Amino acid sequence: MIDTLPLILGTILTAATPLLIAALGEHVTERAGVLNLGVEGMMIVGAASAFAVAVLTDSSVLGIAAGALAGLAVSAVFGVLVVYLAANQVATGLAMTILGLGLSGLIGQNFVGQPRAPIPPIEFPLLKEIPVLGKALFTGDPVFYLSLILIGLVGYGLNSTRFGLLLRAVGENHTSAHALGLPVRRIRFIAVLFGGLLAGLAGAYLSLIYTRFWSPGMSAGRGWIALALVVFAAGHVWRLVLGAYLFGGITVAQLHAQAGAIGLPSQLLSALPYLMTIAVLLLLSISGRRGSGAAGSLGQPFVPER
Amino acid sequence: MRLVLVSRRRISRQRQFATPVVALLVALAIGGLIVWLMGRSPWRALQVFVIEPLTDPWALQEVLLKATPLMLISIGLLFCFRASRWNIGAEGQFLLGGICGGGIAILTHGMSGFWIMPLMMIAGMLGGLAYAAIPAVLRTRFGISEILTSLMLVYVADLLLDYLVRGPWRDPKGFNFPQSVSFSDAAVLHPLFEGGRLHLGLVLALVVAAIAFVLFRRTLFGYAVAASGDAPRAANFAGFNEARITVLVFLISGALAGLAGVVEVAGQVQQLRPGFGQGLGFTAIIVAFLGRLTPVGATLSSVVIAVLLIGAESAQVSLKLPYDLTRFFMGLLLTCVLVGESLDRYSLEIQRERT
Repeated sequence: MIDTLPLILGTILTAATPLLIAALGEHVTERAGVLNLGVEGMMIVGAASAFAVAVLTDSSVLGIAAGALAGLAVSAVFGVLVVYLAANQVATGLAMTILGLGLSGLIGQNFVGQPRAPIPPIEFPLLKEIPVLGKALFTGDPVFYLSLILIGLVGYGLNSTRFGLLLRAVGENHTSAHALGLPVRRIRFIAVLFGGLLAGLAGAYLSLIYTRFWSPGMSAGRGWIALALVVFAAGHVWRLVLGAYLFGGITVAQLHAQAGAIGLPSQLLSALPYLMTIAVLLLLSISGRRGSGAAGSLGQPFVPER
Repeated sequence: MRLVLVSRRRISRQRQFATPVVALLVALAIGGLIVWLMGRSPWRALQVFVIEPLTDPWALQEVLLKATPLMLISIGLLFCFRASRWNIGAEGQFLLGGICGGGIAILTHGMSGFWIMPLMMIAGMLGGLAYAAIPAVLRTRFGISEILTSLMLVYVADLLLDYLVRGPWRDPKGFNFPQSVSFSDAAVLHPLFEGGRLHLGLVLALVVAAIAFVLFRRTLFGYAVAASGDAPRAANFAGFNEARITVLVFLISGALAGLAGVVEVAGQVQQLRPGFGQGLGFTAIIVAFLGRLTPVGATLSSVVIAVLLIGAESAQVSLKLPYDLTRFFMGLLLTCVLVGESLDRYSLEIQRERT
């Protein structure tokens, strides 16, 4: 047990990282008042593009960059529609998810089943010798460390910088923000692009680091779970991080239970992450946090008066 | 210079009709460009995707069979979307309807009787209704966004179906394939005409569309649904209870998606097997928007989308075009429709920056 614990911790971190990255991006988007239901689509386009480019150029670094940029490209389309054309955010987000699932299939069709070598981990000498936690925390993949930096960046950026303050003001009440002379639509567009970039990066993590192969539909609802994590976070980055690692834990526990054949149908175990999402949202509501945390103008299109 | 949106005072009738048609044509043009980039002839693709399904009588029947569940589900979704309640889990309610209706067929396997089919339909509607009630109640009682819960339940329904056809409902003589027994005669929707394929499902769908038309045009309930979507506060002051409308529109759309599930398993598939949903519950969302959230529009767009889906099936064989192209196209079409809707509500004007 002592030998396997660091391994299990490692897999939890790997399972949680794509959720964390995508949720951090969506957190910023929602703080600016835009609900992006296209996260799932941007994630899977990122996964397919990252894998395709990594195989074609034989470079995982280029692959990861391509994945992030592909997510950014889809989010640019989304942004133009919802921010500049004031289109319905729910329907447009769904359109992006449907479009993204199809597009990822087209991009990935020649790469199904090809294996990809792992990216060498970054090892911290000495620190990795710390019992139990050391190996999991200090021999991780580069994107895992990037995700830790992103946590700090998003937390600091939103709470302690001028741009973060403006972004939150735009999300809280776009009419007041506009009256104060803030460029509501430009700030929202930037927030959408940031969310898309991170969703694409999360997808790249899935195909190049988590599974290391491409298969159609491999995001399997993780984009939606990231959206739920943002609700769970209720405006606090630390809760978002907690939620992501909790879900990583559930995913890994579920996989171990399936391998261990504990007598429950495998489908029930596979359904656990989705059922848990609903259960967590329910617990959150019962504990009295109803309606709190979401940005005031979330989901409403903004059309400036002339 | 900057682009500004200027609200139109009213949207003309011609515009309301023309926008989805133009959106469809634009999406087809972009789709043709992509087909060309993939090294196939766009004219040949147009032939396979659009013209052949409409001219070949056999294919035309397939189109109407495919349009049937789309019609039922999208008409139900109209109620939700008109009221700005975002039920995006119709696929799950559709699957649950098929599971419950199909369950009756499996339990009564080998029996005969006129009561089996109505019982299947009731069971399917109740199944879809109960499944849609979950996100509705979670929203009204606990304030949880219906978007995420209804979507999560799609994955759960998918896994439930998988469990049933691999486990308790697997056909013992089915060579271990994950599928149920083939339904008995009494649990199957038979062709209306000798030698044809069309069954009662299409008639049911058209009746449902007609009822929805009357509900929206002539009843207070239809008005209340639309009002609570357009002006929720005003609707509340006018005495339309927000929670009650939420639950009602979800129950209606769940029941219709469930009915569509029964029609699909009893008419087309005639057994339960994984993947019978084919994502039609998601496609119906596109149908509803293409039809501008009206019953007549949804009925017509069901046929349009069904033509493309049948075309896509034959294009896989004859042109070796992957089915993912069609998925991509559906997302593109919805995008074009939404751009069109924005341009209906606002006119784009270029404004010179004041110096």
